[in-house]
Amino acid sequence: MDAFIVISLIKIAVVAFVLLTAVAYLQWVERKVIAHIQLRMGPYRVGPHGLLQPLADVIKLITKEDMMPSYVNKPLYLFAPFIAVCMALLSIAVIPFGPTITVFGYQTNMQLTDLNIGVLYILAASSMGVYGIALAGWASNNKYALLGGLRSSAQMISYELPMALAIASPLLVSNTLSLKELVGTQSGNILHWNILHGPFPQIIAFLIFLIAGFAETNRVPFDLPEAENELVAGFHTEYSSMKFASFFMAEYLNMVTVSSMATLLFLGGWEAPWPAAYGSNLIPSAIFLVAGLTALYHAANPARKMDKYTLPVFGIVFLGIAGLFLLPLVQSWLLPLFWFCAKTGVILFFFMWVRATLPRFRYDQLMGFAWKFLFPVAMLNLLVTSFLVAWFS
Amino acid sequence: MPSSITEVYFPVLVQGVIAIVLAAALIVLSYVLGKRVKNKIKDTPYESGITPTGDARSRFSVKFYLVAMLFILFDIEAIFLYPWAVVYRELKMFGFIEMLVFVVLILSGFFYIWRKGALDWSYSDRARGKR
Repeated sequence: MDAFIVISLIKIAVVAFVLLTAVAYLQWVERKVIAHIQLRMGPYRVGPHGLLQPLADVIKLITKEDMMPSYVNKPLYLFAPFIAVCMALLSIAVIPFGPTITVFGYQTNMQLTDLNIGVLYILAASSMGVYGIALAGWASNNKYALLGGLRSSAQMISYELPMALAIASPLLVSNTLSLKELVGTQSGNILHWNILHGPFPQIIAFLIFLIAGFAETNRVPFDLPEAENELVAGFHTEYSSMKFASFFMAEYLNMVTVSSMATLLFLGGWEAPWPAAYGSNLIPSAIFLVAGLTALYHAANPARKMDKYTLPVFGIVFLGIAGLFLLPLVQSWLLPLFWFCAKTGVILFFFMWVRATLPRFRYDQLMGFAWKFLFPVAMLNLLVTSFLVAWFS
Repeated sequence: MPSSITEVYFPVLVQGVIAIVLAAALIVLSYVLGKRVKNKIKDTPYESGITPTGDARSRFSVKFYLVAMLFILFDIEAIFLYPWAVVYRELKMFGFIEMLVFVVLILSGFFYIWRKGALDWSYSDRARGKR
């Protein structure tokens, strides 16, 4: 029991630290990705390639004036950013990053806890996030904020329906609500992942889940709540300093949750695309080897003066990571972690790519799309899946 | 490996405490560290620089209430699907027929409200439906 508590606390501390750092740097990555898509440089001044930008942003936001307008509903005005961050942080507790592993003789899951109702827990936590936005909009006592909050809550609850139905269809194939067992049913190769697994590949459910995920996290093209050209900043118009940043933190945390849910439900979680016997455990090494050699090549032929000194360091670090993936001692937990992060990362990159590419929906189109298209399609997909699963079992 | 139900839910509890502390810390920190300069102009609701008229506690479109009501109806239905999906392998065709009846009843309600125009957001949609 004591060892269990110590291990749990260590795991929670590590996950919380990594998650918060990842969320801070997700912001940096997003700004860089969008900048490069739009042929700009993005953050560049604070630290090399703007790498210290997230830190600078946090310091700036914390020391900014903390407005407490007299016309707001004070308790709810403070409660809204609190509950938004709180609920966004809760979901990570049930997300598995890898299988059960043995560290120094202790068996432990690469997951904070394996709830047998993991899927419902995440749905519940993410639904509570609506309160943050709805209350922020109402408590601000500002017309723009009210409209933003109303729009946002209507949009989030509307897209929750297709999302719930899209999650139900892979559950029909996997028959479990525990996220760890869910991945267990998709093990083997890429054809066993729910997105491709017969009797009915869940690719439609995957697309609906992703679209609804964009709407749930209020991302472009569904960022109506903060439509700058009509609502100033939507529900957080009256917020300043860290209270303002809390909403963005919650948004990025929700993005991570949605991406990892898509990975776990449809893309086989931490499973490699094909068995290790056919060399899937060499892929991470190969990727880092190529990255390291590229860095060393550019260090040998520097385009700028600095490259002679910085790129060899990166090259050696990448080669070191490539070697690390070959060690049998750490392979058992490093490889699943790599595949999980790779899949989640690709979906997160897709979020950013879409933000840099697509314009915003019109509000009536947005609601019509959820109710008149996504909901019937998700229902149809569920019925077809259930019929085929029953037929072939 | 966790065995009892307390051990399974212990990390959730700790994560909850971390979430509460962190979320509260963000708000308290900026309250403590940020400076405050009050003046009368700053203390008015932001309405693009124009003097605000009235307050935001006015009436808003009934369509938002409608969406909320429809959401509750259909979300309860979606939640019914989860336990059904978990035991689906054992129910097989029986489970399919049972759920088909349920879903057809729900969907007939759905198409009824669609016909009635409850799902139309703008007036042009509604006019098109009437024709």
